Amino acid sequence: MDAVSDSTIQEILNGNMRTIARLISLVERNAKERIELIKKLHQYSGKAHVLGITGPPGAGKSTVTDKLIGEFRKRNKRVAVIAVDPSSPFTGGAILGDRIRMMNHATDPDVFIRSLASRGHLGGLAQACGETLRILDAAQYDIIIIETVGVGQSEVEIVRYADTIVLVTVPGLGDDIQAIKAGIMEIGDIFCVNKADKDGTERTVREIRAMLETAILNNAPTRFTELYASYYKNHQSDSAVQHSFAGHHGITNLPGHELPIPLPPVIATVAETGKNIQELADAIILHGTMLKETGLLEQRRNENLLWEIENMVLDMVTEKINSSESRNQLEKLVASVQLRKLDTFEASRKLFEYLLH
Amino acid sequence: MARKIKVLVAKPGLDGHDRGAKVIARALRDAGMEVIYTGLRQTPEQIVQTALQEDVDVVAMSILSGAHNHLFPRVMELMRQNKLDDVLVIGGGVIPEDDIPGLKAAGIAAIFTPGTPTSTTIEFIKANLKRSLE
Ligand SMILES: Nc1nc2c(ncn2[C@@H]2O[C@H](COP(=O)(O)OP(=O)(O)OP(=O)(O)O)[C@@H](O)[C@H]2O)c(=O)[nH]1
Ligand SMILES: [Mg+2]
Repeated sequence: MDAVSDSTIQEILNGNMRTIARLISLVERNAKERIELIKKLHQYSGKAHVLGITGPPGAGKSTVTDKLIGEFRKRNKRVAVIAVDPSSPFTGGAILGDRIRMMNHATDPDVFIRSLASRGHLGGLAQACGETLRILDAAQYDIIIIETVGVGQSEVEIVRYADTIVLVTVPGLGDDIQAIKAGIMEIGDIFCVNKADKDGTERTVREIRAMLETAILNNAPTRFTELYASYYKNHQSDSAVQHSFAGHHGITNLPGHELPIPLPPVIATVAETGKNIQELADAIILHGTMLKETGLLEQRRNENLLWEIENMVLDMVTEKINSSESRNQLEKLVASVQLRKLDTFEASRKLFEYLLH
Repeated sequence: MARKIKVLVAKPGLDGHDRGAKVIARALRDAGMEVIYTGLRQTPEQIVQTALQEDVDVVAMSILSGAHNHLFPRVMELMRQNKLDDVLVIGGGVIPEDDIPGLKAAGIAAIFTPGTPTSTTIEFIKANLKRSLE
């Protein structure tokens, strides 16, 4: 198959699943042709609403994703899923099990699901995921969901491709919340307490709200504060919006703030039965609307692109620094440092200049 | 660096448990392969669409219920309809000797009956892939 012929590009734009699948494989094995492919597809991408779903292992991310696909299909949206699963650090092999929960959608021609192992991509997980995203975006899926586990840096960071991030957690995991607080709390836009059929759900919902309030009080850099506040303010006389904020979002009065402050939605779901999944889907779609209406979508995508490009450059540097020529150069520099002809700063400076050539 | 072999492990039909399929899935993973597992009770349509979307090199199916003479050929038919001719398809499970020639004629490359060491299956896959790992 000629990866980048015009007819291939046309097949992707038409949503030909077989072509899409084959081209994702091209990306996965870091084949050179993919560079031209991504270049040609770039102009057709940028329309999809990209959704990141993350949270601790076993929280129900795949089950939530499965039910969300159903909700989005009811609203006539075409949906694609990138399900990232950890690889074994020993053999590099992997069992990609997220799909088990989504088999109901296997034969739907408007749903495309692809599993991605977390390791073994020459260009790194972030690159493989980003390029897969471009292909699916060009294939005109309305919503693209990235499911990734909320542990391990490379796994977590790929939610940064998303416009909307849903954090899935479960009741009664005190430590879990601590872990979330330590890093990904700030990046969540919507909070989902799944397995709400279990004890302690209300308490966990309260704890998350309390944490969100604290974050706002401390002026912590969150993704959500500005967006919700601005949308809420613009729609002060819109009763539907006011109602939605009074519901799952919650509104809080904080000392030092004149106006009440809207919080992100915290939604208790039972993914297994579908309870409150409709509300979750509504919140996700509303979040997309808010991003567009407030103009913050562009800002967010700017931030995402900044991260993506920065990340790609770091990958390029890593690749280059690991080349045998660079290693040779480095060894020579080390020798000079040992002989006290160069200090370490001078040596690193010289290597840096060498890498730029 | 060669890419990883990608295998779909699927359970067509109405079998009540999937212990055997899970054992083989783990063995393939430990051999360094990427395994996509579908879970129980999949239709041939679901299996073939999954193989297509995941762009796998191998489909490995296991059946205990006795419906292999219907389900395996049906999967092969759909594989052909979807032009997935370069995918290696193998089968396993409780399958009488007499049925094996017919299944092979339908396009199943090999049938592994209970008691086959997983290493045999792994070697067969490595030796019979229809696509390059470059
Ligand atoms: N009680 C209960 N169990 C649930 C619910 N949602 C999912 N589960 C179960 O939780 C287990 C894990 O679900 P998954 O959807 O695979 O969770 P996950 O977060 O995708 O898991 P990983 O991808 O392995 O991290 C499964 O056994 C589900 O059936 C729920 O709302 N209530
Ligand atoms: Mg999962």
